[in-house]
Parts: sequence; structure tokens; C-alpha cells
Amino acid sequence: MSKNMMSKNKTSGASVSRRGFLRNAVKGSAAAAAAACTTVVAAPPEANALVRPPKPLPPDAVGLLYDSTLCIGCKACVTACKEVNHMPPDVGPAQQGWNAGGGDKPIYDSPVELSARTLNVIKAYSHGTGATKDAAENGFAFIKRQCLHCADPSCVSVCPVSAMTKDAKTGIVNHDPSACIGCRYCVLSCPFGVPKYDYNDAFGEIKKCQLCKQQLAKNELPGCADVCPTGATLFGRTEDLKAEAKRRTALKVGEYAHYPRGDIAGKVGGPRSGHEKLVEAAYQTHIYGEKELGGTQCLAVSAVPFDKLNLPTNVPENGYPTLSEGIQHTLYAGMIAPATVFAGLAYLAHRNTKNHTDE
Amino acid sequence: MSSHVKEHHGHEHQPLGGRVLTLPFLICAALVAVAGVILFQRYTQGLAAVSNLNDGYPWGIWVAIDVVIGSAFGCAGYVIALLCYILNRGEYHPLVRPAVLASLFGYGLAGLAVLVDLGRYWNFYHMMLPWYAQPNSVMLEVGLCVATYTLVLVVEFAPAFLERFGIEGLRAKLNRVLWVFIALGVLLPTMHQSSLGTMMVIVGHKLSPLWQSQMLPVFFLLTAILMGFAIVVWESVMASLNFRRPMETPVLSKLAGLMLVVASLFVVLRVVDLIVRGQIGQIFGGPQSGWFVVEMALMISGLALLIPKANRNRSRALFLSASLLLAAGILYRLNVYLIGFTPAVGPWHYFPSVKEIMVTVGVFALEIALYLLFVKKLPVMHAVHPEHG
Repeated sequence: MSKNMMSKNKTSGASVSRRGFLRNAVKGSAAAAAAACTTVVAAPPEANALVRPPKPLPPDAVGLLYDSTLCIGCKACVTACKEVNHMPPDVGPAQQGWNAGGGDKPIYDSPVELSARTLNVIKAYSHGTGATKDAAENGFAFIKRQCLHCADPSCVSVCPVSAMTKDAKTGIVNHDPSACIGCRYCVLSCPFGVPKYDYNDAFGEIKKCQLCKQQLAKNELPGCADVCPTGATLFGRTEDLKAEAKRRTALKVGEYAHYPRGDIAGKVGGPRSGHEKLVEAAYQTHIYGEKELGGTQCLAVSAVPFDKLNLPTNVPENGYPTLSEGIQHTLYAGMIAPATVFAGLAYLAHRNTKNHTDE
Repeated sequence: MSSHVKEHHGHEHQPLGGRVLTLPFLICAALVAVAGVILFQRYTQGLAAVSNLNDGYPWGIWVAIDVVIGSAFGCAGYVIALLCYILNRGEYHPLVRPAVLASLFGYGLAGLAVLVDLGRYWNFYHMMLPWYAQPNSVMLEVGLCVATYTLVLVVEFAPAFLERFGIEGLRAKLNRVLWVFIALGVLLPTMHQSSLGTMMVIVGHKLSPLWQSQMLPVFFLLTAILMGFAIVVWESVMASLNFRRPMETPVLSKLAGLMLVVASLFVVLRVVDLIVRGQIGQIFGGPQSGWFVVEMALMISGLALLIPKANRNRSRALFLSASLLLAAGILYRLNVYLIGFTPAVGPWHYFPSVKEIMVTVGVFALEIALYLLFVKKLPVMHAVHPEHG
């Protein structure tokens, strides 16, 4: 058959030069690839052509400021969060023995980590004797975990079906379960371990804090900030919160400072009284969320280093989407590269199959 | 008569024939049935009822093995089409149909495995609806690309089907436009296999610096090509042994040369990448460095076997080398997706449950069972002509 003849012809004359060409082509492209890759990898972040610019915060972005030194660990915020968001009680692994209640219903809500049932949780750090509050040595400290509402969120970047979105005005990262396919790429990619999926439900949903957007719509505070008795969780515009965080981290031990409650601007949820308090432990200068991965709308200050509070600290200042989207946008810019490659492949395939009678 | 004989000397495909209900087929069918029972539980009670998936490790072996590694197994069709039709190496033609068939099952079942893993699978079609599309998502690109490629594989394999059932008119028409599908069949895997690497770029510090790199797309493309070659060699040797067919050693030895090139390129780039990123010291005692050593040892021993030219003609050496390189590719992908991954705020643990493993086994068993059925009933394999004399 013709193809047979064709391949016979090939092996006689043309193949030597073609083989040589192929070998050189392989060598050449390997060298080029190696050179290109080396350049790309070696380039500093700002000169790296693959990195897209970071996304700025929306000017009216809102968030929370959590002050670990004010937190008394009462977990009123955990309870309020459950109520406002109609979340079921959760039981930590250590409590299962006595907290079974009648059948499946637990008596106490005792979450130890964020989960599909818990959008907000207070965790404790303790060391040695655990005697002193806000001390890294022989002390203890609290940390509040909830979605930080990133300026450049990974979960939004990875979601294939736009179920995870960032509000253009408030910057709140929202999730729409009706669009979600449950791939859990958001769970995998979140650098702060926030979105969670319910593996115990045949029709499980992704759950994460959405900053009580339903409350904000009614000009009411997010549950956690609403009930916090000490102002450890403060709501406000991220810019205002950032200024407040800077004020606090500059405070000296032994001086009295004013701490507001509720909304820092006194608007959402109505005006509330603040309180004067002695600064008893030295603040870390590090404001968590100011620079981490492109910045977050929710910030935290503490007297204990944040790595001790189990937050990721050794992270870049640009969000990871700057690189992953940068790579994709470079390769697929206007679909020009794929279209060009396709044209080349189609030409070769057309030429090379022309004489084939089968296939 | 002589022309008839000549035709059979040419590139003709034949069903292998023989009994379908053989022992291997029945074992595979039983494994598929076991997976089916487990899946009933998964769909009625949720993922936790059968798997150890958790919020620290939301992706387990169903993603890492069934999809990420399974689709690399499916790259046989990609590399052979590339050689045969794009680089016009006609000598690889006998390998095309078996390779395309293996790819079809590899990709088709990877797609099936996705539906097992998706937590909200009833919404899966949102991936195809433009108003849901989120163009920054690497996964959207992978998903669409894989779905399209599976259709392309169906078209690429269609001639065997049409030939079997004597639908010559359609087959002739299809042959005239097949070049479009062949081109797509090379373009699409190049895109999504590299993107499978890009997918893990965004997990950032959670992936050990031994694997986290913006070179991930390059390494994933290289392992896809390497594993494509290796699976062709591996499969060809297996088919020869099990169906008592002569070895295709001359063609395979050429493939061996290409495997050597790709594997060497992988090793060199991997080391260069580690040096340039300043992470070469991680080899000694960095997180999960033991797995890096195993991965590299498999890769280097696999390629070292192919350095002596004589080995490339020895079926045993070829088989061993292909197995080692395949294992290296599997481990590389497993390292990137599971072993080298540490959740952000832990501690979390993951090791697949027995039921989870049995589902994965079932997916691969289905692949093997269908492959056996197809090569026996459809003209997939090249006709074997008795030696003269």
C-alpha cells in the first residue's frame, strides 16, 4: 500500500538527513529550552516576565482587626458566628467521648479548627507553665481564625466556575454554592487554610467566612465584631484598621491606650463606647496581613510572634496568583501561541497524512 | 493473490480474536464491581464515608493517581501521533492504534475519576458554560482541554470502529479531515499536561522547595512525553508476551533513544532548576528529600540502562528501563501532588483508605478490561504475518 511504499522511500534516501535534522532539532531545542528556563527561573521577581502585577485592595475594602492582647478567649465570637450564619454545632476530636449528646446531636459546640461547620474559631497558644498572658515563654495567647479576605485571593484565582468571587467594592470574598462543582481547588490553594468542604455530606458545600455580608447589608456588624466584649475583634475599612494597627504596635508597655469596640468608624451597628486599657505586653511590630501574599483585608496584631500562633509567616509579599496567572497569561496571551502551534501542527499533519490511505 | 499477500504484509490491522471471558478479564470485572459498590456508598453518604480526604489534603489519590498520573499513562497516543504524523516517522505507524486506544481509556477514565472526586459533581457541566468560566483558573484550561482531547481521541480511534463495522463511506470522509484531529491531538496534551504542572504553582510554600518551581509546567510536559514513550514500550512488550506476538523491538529501540533524550533533559533541568533557585541543599535532609532521592534514582537508573546502544535492542533491558522511567514519572507526579505537599495550617494527615484505593484499582481495572475487549474485537493491533518458510 501507498504508506508502505512511502515509508520504504523514506528509509532509503531522505531518512539520513532527516534523522540528522531530527537529532539536531532535539539538541537545539533542548539547549534553547534549558537557556530559556534558566533565564526565567533566575530572574528576580520584579524582572520576571512571567509574573503579573499584584492586585491592589479596593479603596473601600472592609475587614477586621484582631488584637490578640485584648482577646480573653471567651469565644462569644464563635457562638455569634454560628447564630448569625445558621451554622450547626461542631465537636472537636478530643470532646467526642462526652459530647455525643442524644444520638448525633452534640451538647456543646466545641470546634478546635475551622471546618465546614465553623467559619470562625479562637485557638490558644500555650508554652511551658502557661502562666503569663501574651508571653511566648511560659505563657499563653489567643488567635482568631477566619477568612482574611485577601487582596489577591488564590481561591478566586483557581475557581474554574466563578463560584468564588471578590466583591469589587467591599473586597469581600464570596462563595456561591449553586455554581460550585466541589473540586476543592480553593481548599488546596488557600495559603491560610480557610475554605473547607463538608466530607460527611453526600451533597457537601464549601464553607468560609463571608464577613457576614448579610449583616452588613442591614448596616449591622459581622457577628464576631458585634459581640466582642473587649474590642479584640474590630470591624472597619481596611485602611482605617491598618492605621489603628500601626498605632497599637507603636504603643509602649505601661502606657494607657484607648481601644474602640464594634466599628472603628462608629457607623455600622451604631456608635459604641471604647475602653481605656493598660498596655501590659509589648506588641510585635509585625502586623499580620499587612504584607502577607499581597495583603489581606483582615489584620491581626499580637504580643506573641505569629509563627507561634500557627499562622504562615514565611510567605512572599505577592500573592501566588501573580505567578500562576502570569505563567498562564504569558503562554495563552490572546491564544496566539496555541493558534500558531496548531497551524504548524495542522500543516504537518495534513502534509504527512495526505498519502496515507488508512488513518 | 500475490497482491492480497502483499496487502497483509502492509499496514493492516486485525482484531486479535480469542475468548473475551478470560481469567484476567474476569478479575478486572470483579475489581470494577467492588469499586462500584464503594461508589454507591460515596454517592449516598459523602466523601468521608469511603475516603480519608480532609481539609488539609482535599486532593488525594483520586486526583493524584487517577487523573494526574492516569492521564500521563494516556500520553501514548500523544507521543506516537507526534512521531508518526508530525515528524513523519512512518515506522511508528504500527503503534498508533494501540496507543490511541490506551490514551482513550486513560483520558476517558481520568474524566470519570473526576466525577468520583468532585464534591458537587451534579454541577460539573458548569465547566463548559461560558457564563461560569473564570479564565484565570488553570483548572478551567485543564478541564476544557482534557474534555476536548477525549473527544479528539474518540475521533482518532473511530477509523478502527468504522473499519470493523464496514462503514467505509464515513471512514473515507473522516480520513480526509483526520489531520485536523491529529493536530489537535498533539496540541491539546501539550497544553493540558504542562498546565497540570502549573496547577500546583499556586500552592506556593505548601509544596516542598524540592518540587515547587515555575518550571513545573516544563517538568510535567517532559514527564508526560517520557511516560508516553515508556508506556508504549511497556505495553508493547506486555502485548507481545500475553498475546504471543513477535516483539516490535526495532521500533522500540528507536523509542528507547528518545526516552533517553527526554529523561536526561528532565534530570539536567531538574538539577539546574534546584541550583538556580538555591534549593540544591534541600536534597540533603530537606522536607521529603528521601522521596526526591528515590525519584531521581529511578529516573537515572532507567536512563542509564539505555545508554549502551545494545541494550536498546534487548527486550528485557527495554522493559526494565521503561518500567523504571514509568515509576520515576509516577513518583514525580505523586511527589508534586501529594508527598511533597504540606497543608497551610496543620497538622493534617492523609493516607488513602482501603476503599479509596479500591476505587482507584477499579478505575485501572476497567481500563484494562476495556482494552482487552477492544483489541480482541476491533482492528487495533497490526496483523502479524507468519515468517516466510
